[in-house]
Amino acid sequence: MIFTAALLLMAGMTLMLVRLLRGPELYDRVLAVNSFGTKTVLFLCVFAFLIGRPDAVDIALLYALMNFIATIAILKFFRYRTLDIALSKMQRRGDHT
Amino acid sequence: MNVSNESRIGVFMGYALSLTTAMAVLWLVLSGHYDSTLLLGLGAGSAVFASFMAWRLHILDVETSPYHRLWRFVLYWPWLLMEVIKTNITVIRTILSPDMVLTPRMVRVKTLPDTDMGRALFANSITLTPGTVSVDLDSDEIIVHALLKEMTDKAGFADMAARSARASGEKPADKAGGMK
Amino acid sequence: MSEFLQALDIIRPYVAGAVLILGAVIVFLGASGVLRLPDFYSRLHAAGVTDTLGTLLVLLGLILFSGFTLLSAKLALVGMFLLLTSPTATHAVANAAHKSGLKPLLGTWRSQPPKDEPGNNT
Repeated sequence: MIFTAALLLMAGMTLMLVRLLRGPELYDRVLAVNSFGTKTVLFLCVFAFLIGRPDAVDIALLYALMNFIATIAILKFFRYRTLDIALSKMQRRGDHT
Repeated sequence: MNVSNESRIGVFMGYALSLTTAMAVLWLVLSGHYDSTLLLGLGAGSAVFASFMAWRLHILDVETSPYHRLWRFVLYWPWLLMEVIKTNITVIRTILSPDMVLTPRMVRVKTLPDTDMGRALFANSITLTPGTVSVDLDSDEIIVHALLKEMTDKAGFADMAARSARASGEKPADKAGGMK
Repeated sequence: MSEFLQALDIIRPYVAGAVLILGAVIVFLGASGVLRLPDFYSRLHAAGVTDTLGTLLVLLGLILFSGFTLLSAKLALVGMFLLLTSPTATHAVANAAHKSGLKPLLGTWRSQPPKDEPGNNT
């Protein structure tokens, strides 16, 4: 049963890869990467049960964190073409408590 | 908030204490090693250090440490879960139908909760229910993209706005005029 | 009472497996929706199906499998984190597309043209 679930999740990940390669917009690709990451997290959790090593759940947790940050970072970069806007804003608001 | 200095310090200590406790519980769940005094000491130290860093960053407030009013959110979640399941079934049925008919709409939702927390909760609830995604958030409206035109029901949005306002701690009385 | 609990323990793996398979099927359906729907904004909704109900059911199935252990707490943490971040990520993608001027498909869209008047898909 766990194996079937893992296979279904892998099929879903493959479909997301197809969407990632076909595009057509940049945002379609970002959405595909984000959704692929969510499925990867779920797959890692199922995988931990499949091979009987619960350590993989820790990796899944880490991957969930990284996936979120990566999505936000990619979007921010493509919007501003730079990543240091937040820092300069923070310096301006430095006196605020 | 117009409160005296002493009670503000008390509230502040409450935030620090609940944040440290939450960090410690998180560490205990993630670690799984409870037999080594050194590891437990390091865990407690890192929990305190995280709270100290939050204080240094001036972000130690009700948004970083909302644990004392978590029960309101807990009361909101079952209703949200039911909505999520209902809309999920609708969207899945749409995806599965061989001759798919979509009626996408962009609508502006004007009934919003008053506080920032309530608005964030409302916008997140809209996005979390499949079929509606909050695309843009202004000071007085949320632009929502809906997959089917049945999902742009005004009363449904007003109901969700009232519930998320209540969950984030607003009084329901002053919202009664703004419905519909 | 203890007999009832024992019976519950016997059927637990089957319930867990059923929930897990249902969740995986929903994840797959969400993915096929992302592939099938016509434009970016409608694909967001299909991705949302995976993010909410699929995540909930898969993790609930795994939690039922492992019972009341530390592993369950970790899985619940994964689920909580995914449910807290996925609307933010979806909103970020949608907002970026909207701000960059990507126009949504509005009106009525049919995957197959209606039989009496062909080619009417606006």
